[in-house]
Amino acid sequence: MATYQLNVNGQRKEVTVDPSTPLLWVLREDLKMTGTKYGCGVSACGACTVHVAGVATRSCVVPISLIGERPVVTIEAIGEDPIGRAVQNAWVEKDVVQCGYCQSGQIMSAVALLKHTPKPTDTNIEESMGGNLCRCATYVRIREAIKSAAEQSK
Amino acid sequence: MPRIRATNFLISLLVLALGAWMIVSSTLGQARRSAATRAQGLAGWEQVYQVLTHPRCINCHTATSYPQQGDDRHRHISNVIRGPEGKGVPGLNCASCHQETNADSTGVPGGHNWHLAPLSMKWQDLNDRPLSSAAVCRAVTDRSKNHNLDGPGLLKHHEEEALVLWAWNPGRRPDGTMRTLPPLTHQEFVAATRRWVEAGTPCPTGR
Amino acid sequence: MSASTKKATELNPGRRNFLRVSAAAAGGLLVSLWLDFPVTAQEGGPPNPTQRTYPPDAFVHIRPDGKIVIQVNRLEFGQGVQTALPMILADELDADWSQVVAELAPADDVYKDPMFGIQMVGGSGSIAHSFQQYRELGAKTRAMLVATAAGRWKVTPDQCRTELSVVYGPGGKSTRYSELARDAARKDVPASVRLKDPSQFRLVGKRVRRLDSGAKCNGSLKFGLDLDLPGMKVAVVAHPPVFGARVKSVDDKAAREVEGVREVFEIPLAKGTGVAIVADKFWPAKQARDRLKIEWDFSGVERADSSQLREQYKQTARKAGMSAVARGEAKAIDSVNARNLIVAEYEFPYLPHAPMEPLNTTIRFEGDKAEAWAGSQFQTFDQMAIAEVLGLKPDKVTFHTEMAGGGFGRRAVTDSHVQREAAVIAKRLRGTPVKLVWTREDDIRGGYYRPLHVHRVEVGIGADGMPSAWRHVIVGQSLLAGTPFAMMMKDGVDNSSVEGVSDTHYNLPNFNVSVHHPTVNVPVLWWRSVGHTHTGYVMETLIDELAARGKMDPIAYRRKLLKPEAKKLHSALELLDTRSAAWRRSLPRGHAVGIACHESFGTGVACAVDVSIKDKRPRIHRATVAVDCGLAVNPLSIESQFQAGMAFGLSQLMAHGAVTLKDGIVEQRNFDGYVPPYIGDAPVVVDVHIVPSTEAPTGCGEPPVPVISPAVVNALSKLTGKRYRTLPLVTV
Repeated sequence: MATYQLNVNGQRKEVTVDPSTPLLWVLREDLKMTGTKYGCGVSACGACTVHVAGVATRSCVVPISLIGERPVVTIEAIGEDPIGRAVQNAWVEKDVVQCGYCQSGQIMSAVALLKHTPKPTDTNIEESMGGNLCRCATYVRIREAIKSAAEQSK
Repeated sequence: MPRIRATNFLISLLVLALGAWMIVSSTLGQARRSAATRAQGLAGWEQVYQVLTHPRCINCHTATSYPQQGDDRHRHISNVIRGPEGKGVPGLNCASCHQETNADSTGVPGGHNWHLAPLSMKWQDLNDRPLSSAAVCRAVTDRSKNHNLDGPGLLKHHEEEALVLWAWNPGRRPDGTMRTLPPLTHQEFVAATRRWVEAGTPCPTGR
Repeated sequence: MSASTKKATELNPGRRNFLRVSAAAAGGLLVSLWLDFPVTAQEGGPPNPTQRTYPPDAFVHIRPDGKIVIQVNRLEFGQGVQTALPMILADELDADWSQVVAELAPADDVYKDPMFGIQMVGGSGSIAHSFQQYRELGAKTRAMLVATAAGRWKVTPDQCRTELSVVYGPGGKSTRYSELARDAARKDVPASVRLKDPSQFRLVGKRVRRLDSGAKCNGSLKFGLDLDLPGMKVAVVAHPPVFGARVKSVDDKAAREVEGVREVFEIPLAKGTGVAIVADKFWPAKQARDRLKIEWDFSGVERADSSQLREQYKQTARKAGMSAVARGEAKAIDSVNARNLIVAEYEFPYLPHAPMEPLNTTIRFEGDKAEAWAGSQFQTFDQMAIAEVLGLKPDKVTFHTEMAGGGFGRRAVTDSHVQREAAVIAKRLRGTPVKLVWTREDDIRGGYYRPLHVHRVEVGIGADGMPSAWRHVIVGQSLLAGTPFAMMMKDGVDNSSVEGVSDTHYNLPNFNVSVHHPTVNVPVLWWRSVGHTHTGYVMETLIDELAARGKMDPIAYRRKLLKPEAKKLHSALELLDTRSAAWRRSLPRGHAVGIACHESFGTGVACAVDVSIKDKRPRIHRATVAVDCGLAVNPLSIESQFQAGMAFGLSQLMAHGAVTLKDGIVEQRNFDGYVPPYIGDAPVVVDVHIVPSTEAPTGCGEPPVPVISPAVVNALSKLTGKRYRTLPLVTV
C-alpha cells in the first residue's frame, strides 16, 4: 500500500492503495467517481478515457504510481470546459447515445481532438476516434455531433 | 660540447624515427586493421541486424501508418496510428497508454518519450516484411535520414538511448508472461555495434 | 368511434383487465394496470380465479410537484424503450412531456410482457407488445383525472379537454393534474376508454429525443457495474477453461496474500465448478484471481473444437435433416442440370455478444429476504433463479432493474447463470452485499455465443433466371432445447435456426428446408436477430447471385421473386429504390452497390450500400435503408436504431470477428482477439427512410442487423468477382 496525492478535477485527493492499481479503479472505487467506465481493462476500447495533463489517457492501464502530480480531468468535470460543454450539448442535441456505456470515453476523446484541432476533417475524426469502441455502433451520430460541436465552438 | 650536441642529435633522430615508424606502422596497421576488421565489421553488423529485426525493435520501425505489437508482429490494437510526428493523434496518442516506465500490473510497456521511429527509419516494407540486411544497413547509415548520426553517434545511440534500452527490459504482457528479449544481450549488442563502427560501418552488398 | 379506435379498445375474450388506483404515501396518484394475457395465443378458457394482491409498484405516478414518473416494464439497454413507452403513455395522458421521468420497473408480475407472460425484453417486441398496454394506461389515467375535475366543476367529462397536464373546463376553468391526483385516486377505474385517433397524437410519430441522454453524457447515470452500497464487497469467479470442467485442487496461498481479499472458495456453476474470490474492491479481487493455481478435472467433459465442428457440420449437411419446410417436389432439385445448378456451402462461426458493460449482479441476502440489482433482460427468470439458490420464494427477492450497457441478447439467459453465481456467493456472505463482476475476459471466453452454423444450399435455376427448385440444409445447435422455451420446438425443429429461410417471402417452388441440431458442449444463446444473422446472409447473397447470373437488376429481381403478399418488403424495396437511385447510378470508379432485403420480427427492411476496397477491407461510404415497421412511434429512435444497428451487424464481417475453440478452449481473450467494428469499419453516412404506415407498430431493435453483411459482400462480389460464403471475412 502507498499513499498518493492526486489532483482530480482541480481538487486535491489523497488515496492509499496498492501502487499497481490502475487509475480507473482508484477513480471508480476509492474516489467513488463512476463516470469513467471499465470496458476491457487492456486499453482496447477507450471507455476508461480521462485527461492526464491534457492528454487523453486510458486509465485502465496506467497504474496510480505513474500519475504523480499530473492533473486528472474526468467526464464528471469536462462540462466545466467550454469545449467539453459544447461536446456534451452536441451529443444530446444529436441524440447520439444508445446504451451510453462507452460515451464518457467517446466524449473525452472528442474533447481532446477538438482542443487540438478545432475544425477537424472527416479523416481527423476517424483517426482520433478510431480506438473508441461502441458496441451499439453509434458512430454515424458521433461523427455528426463532433462536427456540430466544432461549429458551436467557433 | 660536441658530445651533448651529438646526444641531442641522436635523441632527435630517435624521436623522428619513432614518429616516422608510428606513422608508417599506423598507416600500414590501419590498412591491415581495416582489411581484417571489414569482415569483422560486417559480422558485427549481421549481429546488429538480428537485434534490429527482433520484434522488440522492429515493431516500431514500420513503413506503414501503424505500429506492430507482439512476437507475431500483428497490427497494434485500437487502430492507433503514426500521426504527423510518430506520436499518434489527438485523443489517441502513444502517451494515451504508454507511460515513462513499464506498467507490469496492466501489461503496457513504457519508456521515455514512447513514439514510432520516423518513416526514414523504416525497416519493413509496406507488407510488414523486414527489409534485407543490406537495405536496413543503408537506412541506418544514411546521415540524411538518421538524424545525422555518424558511427560513434550510432554507437552512443545503441548504448544509451532510452527506447533502445527498453528492448532489454520490455516488461510483462497483459497475461502476466514476460516479453521475449532480443537474441543478444545489450552488452553483446553494443560490442557488435562497436566492431561494426570501428570497421567504418560497412554494409553488405546487394539489395 | 372510428373502426380503428373501436378495435383498439376491444379486449379479447379470455383476457382480464384490472386497473388499480391508490393514493401514494407521498401524495399523488398511483396507477397500476395489469393485463392478464394467456402465455400462448392458443390458450383460452375461463380466467384465472385466483385473487392477486398488487404491489404498490405503479406504472404512472403523478406527483404533487407535477412530475410524472412512468415505469418502464422492460430493460433499457440502448434501444430507446425508456423514452418510447413513456411517450406512448404520456401522449394518451396528454401529459406535459417536459415533466415526464422514466424509471425501469423492478421485477414484478405487474410488469410482465403482455404477449409472453414474463417480464422480459427481446424479440424486438417492446413496442409491438406494449403499445396497446401503455396507450390504455395513459388513456384511463386521463379519464379518471377528467372525471375528477368534471365532478368538482359539476360539468360532464365531455365538456372538458386536456392538454399539457392540465384539465380545462367550460367558463375558463382549469386545474393541474397534480392538484387532481389525490381525489382521482378514489375514482372508479373505467372499464373501457376511447383512445386517441392517430391524428391527435402529439408525441407518437414525432422525433422525440431520448430522456436519458444528459445523464449518459456527464457520467452521472449509474449502470449495474457502478452500484455502490455500504459495506459492499466485490467478487470475481475463476471459470473452467473448458465448459463444464470442475475444480480438482486449488492453491490459493498467493491469492490470499493480496491485501483486501476476504474469501476464496469453490462454487458450483451452471455447468461444472469454479473458484470465487471476494475482496473489498475489484482490483484486489482480480489480482488474487490471477494468482490462483487451479488444477482442473476435465474427465468426461467434451472438448469442442471449431475446426472439427465445421468439418463435421459440412458432412452432416449433405444429408437431409428434420423437415422444416417441404413444398412441391422434394426430388426436383436432383434432376437439375449441373450448369443450371448452384451448390453453395456457408460457414458461420460462434459469435460473442460482448456488450460494452461486462456482466454483473449485486445481491444482498438477509436470510428471510434478499435484494438484487442487475441489468436483466429476463427479470422473471432471474428473480426465480436467485430465489431458488437462496431458498426463498421469488416474491421475497426484490429485484431492481438497472440501466445496462448493451445486451444484444446476452442478458436474456434462461439458466440465469450469472445471477446464480452471484446468489451462491451472496448466500455465503449473508448480510453483506456483494457485487459479482465478470471481466471482459470472462465475457469473451464465457460461452453463450451465437451458435456455429453451416448451410448447404442447392438452387436450380429455371430458364427465366428464377429458382426452379431449392434444397436447403442447415446445421447448428438448438437454442431452445433444454430451456423453458423447448416446448416451442415442433418436430425437433428449433425455429431459431431456420427462421429467415423457412418463412422466406420469396416465391420458391420445390422448396425443401431441413435442419440438424447437434449437441455440443458450448453454451449458446440468441444474438441480436438470432437465426436471421446467418439465414438472412445466405438468402440475400444467393438471391443476389441469381440476379447476377440472370443479368437482372438486383432490386428488380427481388421485386419479381417476392410474393405479392410480402407487403412490407415490397414497400421497403420501392422506397429504397426511389431514395437511392440517384447515387446508385453515379458511383465513382472502384465503388460498387450492394443490395439486400430481409424481413424479421415483423419488420421489412431493404438497404443499398456504396462500397469500395481500402487497405484490403471493405469501406462503406454510404448506406441507404428503407424500413416498414408499421406505425413509427419515434422516427428519431428508429433512425438511430438503423444507423447503428447496421454498423453492429458488420460485426459479422470483421476479420477477427469470431470466437473459436481449440481443444475445448476459447482462443480469444479480449478485444485484442475478438475485434468488433470501430468507427472506421462502420458506414460513414446512413440515411434512413420509413415507409408511412398506420399499421400496428413492429420492432426495430433487430431488423437492421441481417441486411448489412449480405449487402456489403454483394458489393464486394461485384468488385472482386468472388463469392463470400465463410464468415468472418478474413480476406476480401
